[in-house]
Amino acid sequence: MKTHRDLNQPWLKSGALLLPRFHCLSACLFSCLFCCLFACLHAFSLPVLAQDARDAREGRDDARSTLRIGMAADITSVDPHLSNISPNNQIGWHVFEALTHVDDNARLVPGLASSWRAVDPRTWEFKLRANVKFHDGTTLVAKDVLASIERARKLANGQFAGFTRTIIAAEAPDALTVRLRTAAPYATLPHDLNSIFIIPARLMNASSEDFNAGRAMIGSGPWRFERYARGDRVELSRFDGHRDAARDAARDAARPSSWNKLVFRVLSNDPARSAALLAGDVDIIEQVPPADLEKFNKNNNLTLSRKTSWRTIFLQLDHSRERSPHITDRKGGAIANPLRDVRVRSAISKAINRAAIAARVMEGAAVPAAALVSPQIFGHPPAKDLSPETFDADGARKLLAEAGYPEGFNLTLHAPNNRYVNDDQVAQAVAQMLTRIGIITKVEVMPANVYFTRARNGEFSVAMLGWGSFSADLALRSLLMTPSAEKGLGTWNWGGYANPRLDQLIERSLSTTEEAKREALAREAMLLAMRDHAAIALHHQISTWAMKSGLKLQPRTDEYTLAGSLSLQRP
Amino acid sequence: MSARELLRGFQRSHLAMAGLSLLALLLLLALAAGVIAPQNPYDLAQLDITDGRLPPGERLGSGALALLGTDDQGRDMLSAILYGLRISLLIGTGSTLLALAIGLTLGITAAWHGGWIDALIMRVADIQLSFPAILIALVLLAVFGQGSDKILLALVAVQWAYYARTVRATALVERGREYIEAARCLALPGWRILLWHLLPNCLPPLIVVATVQVASAIALEATLSFLGLGLPITEPSLGLLIANGFSYLLSGKYWISLFPGLALLLLIVSLNLVGDRLRDLLDPRLQ
Amino acid sequence: MLGMLVLIARRLGQSALVLLVMSLLVFVGVFAIGDPLAILVSPDATPEEIARSARELGLQQPLWQQYLLFLQQALQGNLGRSFAHGEPAMALILERLPATLELAISATVIAIVLGIPLGLWAGLRPRSLSGQSIMAGSILGFSLPTFWVGLMLIMLFSVWLGWLPASGRGPVQSVLGLPLSLGSSEGWRHLLLPALNLALFKLALIIRLVRAGCIEALRQDYVRFARAKGLHPRRIIGVHVLKNLLLPLITVIGLEFGSVIAFSIVTETIFAWPGMGKLLIDSINVLDRPVIVAYLCIIVLLFTLINLLVDLLYVLLDPRLRPSTATPQRAGT
Repeated sequence: MKTHRDLNQPWLKSGALLLPRFHCLSACLFSCLFCCLFACLHAFSLPVLAQDARDAREGRDDARSTLRIGMAADITSVDPHLSNISPNNQIGWHVFEALTHVDDNARLVPGLASSWRAVDPRTWEFKLRANVKFHDGTTLVAKDVLASIERARKLANGQFAGFTRTIIAAEAPDALTVRLRTAAPYATLPHDLNSIFIIPARLMNASSEDFNAGRAMIGSGPWRFERYARGDRVELSRFDGHRDAARDAARDAARPSSWNKLVFRVLSNDPARSAALLAGDVDIIEQVPPADLEKFNKNNNLTLSRKTSWRTIFLQLDHSRERSPHITDRKGGAIANPLRDVRVRSAISKAINRAAIAARVMEGAAVPAAALVSPQIFGHPPAKDLSPETFDADGARKLLAEAGYPEGFNLTLHAPNNRYVNDDQVAQAVAQMLTRIGIITKVEVMPANVYFTRARNGEFSVAMLGWGSFSADLALRSLLMTPSAEKGLGTWNWGGYANPRLDQLIERSLSTTEEAKREALAREAMLLAMRDHAAIALHHQISTWAMKSGLKLQPRTDEYTLAGSLSLQRP
Repeated sequence: MSARELLRGFQRSHLAMAGLSLLALLLLLALAAGVIAPQNPYDLAQLDITDGRLPPGERLGSGALALLGTDDQGRDMLSAILYGLRISLLIGTGSTLLALAIGLTLGITAAWHGGWIDALIMRVADIQLSFPAILIALVLLAVFGQGSDKILLALVAVQWAYYARTVRATALVERGREYIEAARCLALPGWRILLWHLLPNCLPPLIVVATVQVASAIALEATLSFLGLGLPITEPSLGLLIANGFSYLLSGKYWISLFPGLALLLLIVSLNLVGDRLRDLLDPRLQ
Repeated sequence: MLGMLVLIARRLGQSALVLLVMSLLVFVGVFAIGDPLAILVSPDATPEEIARSARELGLQQPLWQQYLLFLQQALQGNLGRSFAHGEPAMALILERLPATLELAISATVIAIVLGIPLGLWAGLRPRSLSGQSIMAGSILGFSLPTFWVGLMLIMLFSVWLGWLPASGRGPVQSVLGLPLSLGSSEGWRHLLLPALNLALFKLALIIRLVRAGCIEALRQDYVRFARAKGLHPRRIIGVHVLKNLLLPLITVIGLEFGSVIAFSIVTETIFAWPGMGKLLIDSINVLDRPVIVAYLCIIVLLFTLINLLVDLLYVLLDPRLRPSTATPQRAGT
């Protein structure tokens, strides 16, 4: 049955017998496969069809009244005081409001508080807006603010407690005034309170379940909570009692500039998010994968929007140890930690071609960085004082030789592989560049959870980190101040950099309540740290959004995708 | 069965011969990767990101021809595929052979002894199978760090139980068959029955599973890389190459993912063709 | 019948042991991966705040005490609260379970419904063009990594042709108390691609298994005999061949169902399917130990059930394996 073939089959008789069967078969199969593949590869020139078909099916009116946003990371909870991660906060910013808000450039603007001032160096006073309505119809008063601060401080496992840490007393002299006292002069309290969402006082003891189920999702924001399907979506509907809604209605009564319904879809996988936009499943996506930028740019049905993010990517260096765990000489023998020599740090900085990384690895979705905060952020030194290091491999080699390493040394660079945009590729590119000047660099990447645990334990010699901050002094407090666990200083200063002059500058800056003076101090501190190459700034990410044409986005440096920043554009 | 007989058996099927020669070719390419590849993709000093994502047929900054294009790091794809082939083959077959040896031993032992030994082995297999491969890999990665040996370990750890269960299932059936009864009646020693009678009869289904498993081990390694838990990124396997090119597929830079994908496909197709034929030839009931 | 009950009881006892060992492994494993506090606590936390969080999460105790506490609570049906979500871990998993089961069962059904006929066809005509094409196709089926196929499917059917949605789950309706998306055509359209993606590998496996078994069965004496006797081919296939195939097939489908659920992690990630696999990956990323443990508990329970079912079917289908022989007398003592 197996040995004698059925020679009566017509296709065998017709001469095909001469051809080994595998060839016919594989030819068929592979040509099919290739056709499919190439069809797919060229598919992107034709997404119009899919989108139009979908629009027709869903009805254009419906598409206009519902805005669907594709989010890049999962929403773990809608409890406003639980986890301080951006997807959760993004939902929070639609449903709730805080005393202070920040504008597109992360500068403070009035929120629920119409004004604030330092009554004395240790007391801040906030005046609340009158007649602000919560979604349940009640009116905002000072005791709601006190209750919200209290809940953020007390919530089990809440990550917002740190923002209330400096407050030692809170009081409400009248219904629309809040006074907060701190133990020491503290300039950034208005910034800190940007992170505390305000809820009605009666919900102070509500649990996370109450919020996730929607029972307690009462805020004063422009959107009312409808539904939270974990891992999938959050649905919101417009709250007509919000002051912006009234303003919009007055501005243009004939054309609703706002949507009735908002759907946030969680699409954490990059290609899936792109595909969802192309297939018309969502109207706008955040964090466009760099690989798709070029193609999206050419697509007439899509509009791109970009903005320099507040997130800066840099390398932390091991300053504190005599011997660093991942550095050896060229033969693998132990050597004294070369990173303690400012010339070596400077050489590393010069060896990195930041422009090439921004253009090639990040596909243009980054700008070379000079400091640890983005240029538009409070406290970034002006361009005349500090600009991104120019690429100079020869200069770097010379500096290495001067420092006593003409042969270079071996190094392992550590980076996460799922935390920042193209993090693992950036790490490889840096390794390439360091290897060229004689620092033979290996790259070890790992998932963020493993990475941050090990980084915190100081297991690395050179480690990649990304940071977004409201101001330079706040960033430096966490990243480069001499570590002090008791005071919560230098908590992310893994390399143990210690510079008393820098510490002093940061301390003075953070306790100066006068804006202009404080910014000058913050700039000086950043300049000092960068001239000492305490950390090697690489680039600022550029956040990119892609949306159906006809939508217009006012992009934000804090990377949030807010419905309030979106509008319909008429040709 | 002698090697010559086996070869003759192969020659009777064009399909199997094609698979065998393809596999031989791929093996040769993998072994000779260091000599024939235009570039050493593991040497970072030879790479230049300004060469990144060149389409097939363009020239690198150094003047060398990138026949299959380059990836985002400026790695010549042809070289990367040749080196990747080597790693994938090593990891795929290595882990399968190891897992096979472990699974076979445990499966037969379980079926032969029954009782608490059987229960113990099968319960351990259950534990094994109830853990998603991804979790095992993540734990191993965290404890030991990255590297091909750790991935190998992880792949063995997720595979052995399949063999153990399959062998046990067949062995249970075979144990009840007449020829074993006959062997027992002849009072042959237990180990002889096990080795000479039970084992050969357990092999055919095992070979089917093993062929599938080499392929799936390679694919699983690719999946782990896709989830960010795979090999060190500077020494990519075929799977990691595909995973790296994954994000470029949508943007039209097909070569970064397509060519490693095809290499993987050829490797697995040839493996399976050879495996199929081997099964036909080795099955004692077909003689 | 009594043997059957003994079998069930023994299996349940064993699975309790499995759960115990498994939870211990996860505890040690997650402990080895990293410190959940490093991710959960805000970056600027002071030691007091970290200590407070550790207390609230029960992480300040030594590992063995944490484990004992966990066991004590687990016996009362409480698997702890998720670190990240602030809700009971079991509730989180159960909330996601229907979506994953829906996906996994659909994928298995697709694999069986397509796999058995195709495998039989290829087995009965191993030398024909169609038979060989089916085999070659099945080789492709497991040659391509799931995530790659998934993306291809999205590109082809969602982006290019625009027939099916690229991601997500359709509207959910309550069917017998379970939230399922199978009730509407929109739900089906969302389900089709991920289910197909998940099914491909199993489909290839079933085709190969059925074919191999079929060819083997046709060579068995009793089939030859039946043929010689002039039995109708349909009866030979239906009764003798298929029956011979059932045992390995059930083993594999049973075994594979667990791995379908595990592999749905990848499919769920690509298709943004809100199942528990996606929850697991997210939880691993933040070291949310209670959720990981709860996930594995559910998986182990599912697996024990499936194995029990497979065993029982074995016994029903193969008279040689009635409990008295399947579990030798020795075992009782």
